[in-house]
Amino acid sequence: MTTPEHIELRIGGMTCEHCPSAIEKAIKNVAGVTAVQVNSATKVARIDYDPSRAKIAAILQAIRALGYTVGTATARIPIKNMHCSSCIIRIELALQMTPGIVSARASLGPNAADIEYQPEKVDFDAIRRAIESAGYHVAEPKIDARSEVLDPAEAANEEEYRSLMRKFWFAAAISIPVMALSYPDLIPGLRDWMPMGSDTRRTVWALLGVLSLPVLVWAGSQFFTGMGDALKHRAANMHTLIAIGISAAYVYSVVAVAAPGIFPNMALAEVFWDVTDVVVALVVLGLALEIKAKGRTSQAIKKLIGLQAKTARVIRDGKEIDIPVEEVLVNDLVVVRPGEKIPVDGQVTAGSSAVDESMITGESMPVEKQVGDEVIGGTLNKTGSFRFTATKVGKDTALASIIRMVKDAQGSKAPIQRVVDTVSGYFVPAVMILAVLAAIAWYDFGPEPRVIFATVVLVTTLIIACPCALGLATPTSLTVGIGKGAENGILIRSGDALQAAEKLDAIILDKTGTITKGEPAVTDVVVTQGHDERNVLRLTASLERGSEHPLGEAIVNGAEARNLSLSDAEAFAAIPGHGVSGRVDGHEVLFGNAKLMLDRGISIATLETEWGRLANEGKTPMYVSIDNKAAGLVAVADTVKADSKAAIEVLKGLGIEVVMLTGDNKRTGRAIGREVGIERVLAEVLPDDKAHEVQKLQLEGKSVGMVGDGVNDAPALAQADVGFAIGTGTDVAIEASDVTLIKGSLMGVVTAIEISRATMRNVRQNLVGAFGYNTLGIPVAMGVLYPFIGLLLSPLIAAAAMAFSSVTVVTNANRLRFFQPRRGGP
Amino acid sequence: MTADRWIVTATGLALIAFIVWFFWLKRSTGFRASETTGGYQEAMILVKGGYTPDTIIVRSGRPVRLNFRREETASCSDKVIFADFQKSAELPTGQTVPVELMPKEPGEFGFGCPMGMFRGRLIVE
Repeated sequence: MTTPEHIELRIGGMTCEHCPSAIEKAIKNVAGVTAVQVNSATKVARIDYDPSRAKIAAILQAIRALGYTVGTATARIPIKNMHCSSCIIRIELALQMTPGIVSARASLGPNAADIEYQPEKVDFDAIRRAIESAGYHVAEPKIDARSEVLDPAEAANEEEYRSLMRKFWFAAAISIPVMALSYPDLIPGLRDWMPMGSDTRRTVWALLGVLSLPVLVWAGSQFFTGMGDALKHRAANMHTLIAIGISAAYVYSVVAVAAPGIFPNMALAEVFWDVTDVVVALVVLGLALEIKAKGRTSQAIKKLIGLQAKTARVIRDGKEIDIPVEEVLVNDLVVVRPGEKIPVDGQVTAGSSAVDESMITGESMPVEKQVGDEVIGGTLNKTGSFRFTATKVGKDTALASIIRMVKDAQGSKAPIQRVVDTVSGYFVPAVMILAVLAAIAWYDFGPEPRVIFATVVLVTTLIIACPCALGLATPTSLTVGIGKGAENGILIRSGDALQAAEKLDAIILDKTGTITKGEPAVTDVVVTQGHDERNVLRLTASLERGSEHPLGEAIVNGAEARNLSLSDAEAFAAIPGHGVSGRVDGHEVLFGNAKLMLDRGISIATLETEWGRLANEGKTPMYVSIDNKAAGLVAVADTVKADSKAAIEVLKGLGIEVVMLTGDNKRTGRAIGREVGIERVLAEVLPDDKAHEVQKLQLEGKSVGMVGDGVNDAPALAQADVGFAIGTGTDVAIEASDVTLIKGSLMGVVTAIEISRATMRNVRQNLVGAFGYNTLGIPVAMGVLYPFIGLLLSPLIAAAAMAFSSVTVVTNANRLRFFQPRRGGP
Repeated sequence: MTADRWIVTATGLALIAFIVWFFWLKRSTGFRASETTGGYQEAMILVKGGYTPDTIIVRSGRPVRLNFRREETASCSDKVIFADFQKSAELPTGQTVPVELMPKEPGEFGFGCPMGMFRGRLIVE
């Protein structure tokens, strides 16, 4: 037996009594493990094992199979000059021999090593040293796990753009002399120097052909490779059309120069080198501009990715150290100073501050954070310093979930796209057929010179058709629209949701937590003669400070909000079902319902009308007596969020019927409904019946949106045509919803609907534009207007139109970036 | 009509017939995904001018893993979308990207790039 090895693993998710023993048992079952001890306090498993028999990976798997996490992190490290399979083995060995690295796997494909490591034992510097000790280098000076994901695509786009621009300038430079010399009859000096049929003309034209050849085979190369790749799949695309078009023009010109004798008339021996050159130049320019514009459509997601912090300051072994954010573990204590980015999600344990969360929630006002509050990774700490415990790291953070959701949504298809897909499947071959038909018609029935007309019509028709504009119309608008939502704290889950949100006829709002804040607050204080409002509230709050009732908390908060200094209560007693009693500042104070007062023989006759009024408004009024005399009423109610009323008004203005749904009694429901301006109130609805109410409204033939919290209202959200979940804090990945509103405001529903309307309007403009362009352009190119007004397009015009039609579509989609959500009222 | 007109017309019509046959009438036979020990039905798909193979046959009720490898830089194909499964994946050039699906019901499901220029079919039996 080889020497046993020892390893310590930090284990996460260990919260229960029997966890340690269960883990010990599982690890012991791994063949080759000789001893295991799990410490429940430090959450560390100490394992002795025989390395020849047990693999660390097997131990990790045993732990993970139980549902616990092991405190390891993974990273992909790009490596330079790794070319052979023996390199892989050497790098892997060097890494595996480094203490703290659990597993390492290098591969030639991505030229990188994927390693799993224990961040508390090894850092990136040690990993870099290990790689260098094997004789290799880490490819990037800075290791950033995320740059791995995004940058290659962007770098490829940038490279593609630059290569296209090089091709454009080349083709453009050649086009100018070629165009001038192709039409010598139009230029007086040239006409005499190289008259028609002369040898000079033939020689010059032959030279132009040689000059145009690199334009065709180099600058236009992507059209031929694109066509070839597609043909292997029996498919045709834009490249096919352009490639056939430019080679038809080129081949005709070659024949005209090489064998002018086969044409019955010398005037037919024209050359079209200019067509080849100009079409390549313009279409290549169009492609380049399209790449640039498409890059802008995903600006929103780039902004989100840019929000992620690079480093974090954590406390390890009592010391503050700066580590890459990838190395932060759950339960790490993180320190944040003023002006710094909060690296991961967590809960504040010490200190307080104001945090700017606008980049995630769209809420422009900074949010106060106290001990116990949640903080979101990627947000900006403004004023104070604080410490927090990391609760979600890496891909589990709210920001990472948002990025993932937005990317998925941007990649999804709106139902409208399916129609387009069907059309574009037939589009290119159909255009080819039309081009051939047009050429036949011109040859058979057209005016002389028929050969030239037929060729020009064939080339023009192939070139003017633009399948790209059709294909780009929906996805680009969708990308911009969904990104715009994310910028405003609205996560739209898919293209389906976006399209459905546009057509909503009715919106059901859950009352508690959606229209209202979901927590009670003091709304009214009524006093009898001789008492002061502030004093009555102060005494009541002082008494309630001892109570654990949620209403008590509301009253204490209410008093604190009014800057009242509270006293201590003596002889506090809670009388279940009635209220509370005690002595504050030498006064006997009673607080509770009518029954409590009557039992104590206190007359409340003077307050009963006021009580009835408050109760009618949906509030919960309670009596206060001081020294056994009725002193007043304190009313508590769930208050309406500041902008609910304005949001509901805007929704109605958008032509949407607004319905309120609540489990509360009719009186409370109606009262809130009156306050915010909702006429249709569905009260006393049991939680399980919410989905049924949504369905009932759908049966009226309406497209129904439901707004609620993602937990209790999940079935109703799923039943609705569009489910809007009001999110709170870091819990953004709400499954049942089509749309998640990160900021808990109803204004988000308005913004979501407006974004969906703006996006779908944009999609339609694009589709009308693209379809319209093709249905008008193709017949004109075929020459249908020629018999009537003598109009026939030049292939050069067709190329310009084609190149800029797709750029126009993308530019139009980019207009959506200027969408502004409305703030406040209509 | 003169002889040359007849020739041009006949050639053109033949060309049209060829286009119809080549692009629309001939459909590729499917490629059956192989089953791995892990229980996945796996297939490798090359993304270059189209999907090779472009028709994948799988059985319903078992997880499917399609490994896409894109070997071109044309911007249309940088994403693959399975609209029926609400799944999409970005395909950086030169990387193998697995897409996992769970086909529950038999049927024919299309996949493709966002612009619909590349198309493939997943046939679930």
